[in-house]
Amino acid sequence: MNSVITVFLKEVRENLRDRRTVINTLFTGPLIAPLLFVLMINVMVTRELNKAEAPLPLPVAGAQYAPNLIAALKQNNVEIKDAPADAERAVREQDADVVLRIDADFAKAWDKGEPAQVEVIFDSSRQDARGPTERLRKLLDAYGQRTGALRLLARGLSPIILKPLAVADRDQSTPQSRSGLMFGFLPYFFIIGVLIGGMALAIDTTAGERERQSLEPLLANPVPRWQILAGKLGATTAFAITTVALSILAFAVVGQFLPLQKIGMTLTLGARFVALTLFVMLPLAAMLAALQTLVAAFAKSYREAQTYLGLLNLVPIIPTLLLTILPIKTQTWMYAVPLLGQQVTILRLMRGDPVADSALLLCFACTAVAALLAALVTAKIYHSERLAISA
Amino acid sequence: MIEVRNLHKAFGKGAKRVVAVDGVSFSARDGEITGLLGPNGAGKTTTLRCLYTLMQPDSGQVLVDGIDAAVDPVAVRRRLGVLPDARGLYKRLTARENIDYFARLHGIETQTMHQRREALADALEMRDILDRRTEGFSQGQRVKTAIARALVHDPKNVILDEPTNGLDVMSTRAMRGFLKSMKAEGRCVLFSSHIMQEVAALCDRIVVIARGRVVADESPDALRAQTGEANLEEAFVKLIGTDEGLAA
Repeated sequence: MNSVITVFLKEVRENLRDRRTVINTLFTGPLIAPLLFVLMINVMVTRELNKAEAPLPLPVAGAQYAPNLIAALKQNNVEIKDAPADAERAVREQDADVVLRIDADFAKAWDKGEPAQVEVIFDSSRQDARGPTERLRKLLDAYGQRTGALRLLARGLSPIILKPLAVADRDQSTPQSRSGLMFGFLPYFFIIGVLIGGMALAIDTTAGERERQSLEPLLANPVPRWQILAGKLGATTAFAITTVALSILAFAVVGQFLPLQKIGMTLTLGARFVALTLFVMLPLAAMLAALQTLVAAFAKSYREAQTYLGLLNLVPIIPTLLLTILPIKTQTWMYAVPLLGQQVTILRLMRGDPVADSALLLCFACTAVAALLAALVTAKIYHSERLAISA
Repeated sequence: MIEVRNLHKAFGKGAKRVVAVDGVSFSARDGEITGLLGPNGAGKTTTLRCLYTLMQPDSGQVLVDGIDAAVDPVAVRRRLGVLPDARGLYKRLTARENIDYFARLHGIETQTMHQRREALADALEMRDILDRRTEGFSQGQRVKTAIARALVHDPKNVILDEPTNGLDVMSTRAMRGFLKSMKAEGRCVLFSSHIMQEVAALCDRIVVIARGRVVADESPDALRAQTGEANLEEAFVKLIGTDEGLAA
């Protein structure tokens, strides 16, 4: 057991003296991803807020045919602009978000009480044009309904007869659950933090040590190989956990400053979130450290190990994408799958949804078992003759 | 005391199969320096790797102080001080930290570790570099550090794979003196080399290996008598049947 601690302490000390590793573990890994994320969300939220409140600039072709409609739009904070010569082209080339065209026969149809034609020209594949387009349609609908009601009243009928159904929305989302959608990628950033934090050590302690020709003398010591491996895995895991703990803390602090309430969302990022997220990430850090070491042990050189581990970094995005594209109902078995379990747990914690203690334990235990398996496979590789021989 | 009995080791399979060691047997006695002499690629490093249990022989037996390496490899490694062919240091650690790391892996108590380290630093004349990080060490400084960490547990048996490789004349002389002092201390010293003069000057016993087999196992004088050559180098060429891979 002493040997395990000796190896652990030596790896930690040696890697703490490597500035690049320290910067990656304590700074780049934990901070960059959540900070970038928060910055992104901040920009998105601010833009949404601006769009809802700011005046809507609207190029209108044929404004002179419907002065009443134009006046109604102006009242609703719409800034009427002159239409470009070719409205369709302007929309396609993103010179305008949406253009309104009023038919020359508008007034004639209107006066007869026939449907009067207006055209809304937009591009539904343009994400940022969706807001203005929707706003315009709502204004047009409201104007149409108001006029319809007035016409019915003029004929002595109640406008109520046009509303045989009374539909009322009862949205069951909470401010927290709405933010869940937006933050679906957050667990991936935490997992990436683990991978970045462990990567340098996973490579350094196997492929690196072999390339520097120090593995053979190390293995000539009277210590069983699994103990040497255990010390190295421990050091790698320690760095990975440090990274993810800093990452979670950084996010919990910075997340408080997001202007989410303004768009009707909140996040639960208190001590409970920090503690439970760290709890489910612990065994995952150990598992990923073992996998990284396993991959690095297979590699023939430091560079090869870096390439392989770069590919490994892409694996955890799979459950993230799955859950984002196919938002399936959370089921108990999900907690038992490493990566997916963490994903589900962190999302639910963040949304303020309840997570049963048994589910947390299931997540922890199953990932811990997977970590143990990964460590055993790595130990098997460590016992092969090929491992120590460089070149 | 190191005994090797009928060691076999091959790499690869089928057509690519290379037999590296093909029935090597010899003994290295306590209080003697035994030289493993052979051209490059003769199987010296593979034989030594089997000795310090980095590799498992396909067949044959390795005994260190009577302990079978196949039965208790950890006990065998405890009785060996090894300077392998690969002698990389941890460059972000000082020489002292490099030495102490191996001492702790041997389970040596702190007090003893200090004594041994200081004694070795004096014997190897490396006191001035003890607290420097090993990054940027000269070849000679690196070898000194590697030897110190290999011997910090005061092993009865010492195995060195080409210990003078890459050393300048002064360092080589110092190394020879050090090997002799270990012999005087009653240790069993086994080292490999492809350099004639070195082996002739140092060894009580020479084991000549060529193509994975032992072709001679004698004292230098007996070797000369056996081949009928007064010059040891001529004797060596005659033994291995070619001068390929032989360096002055």
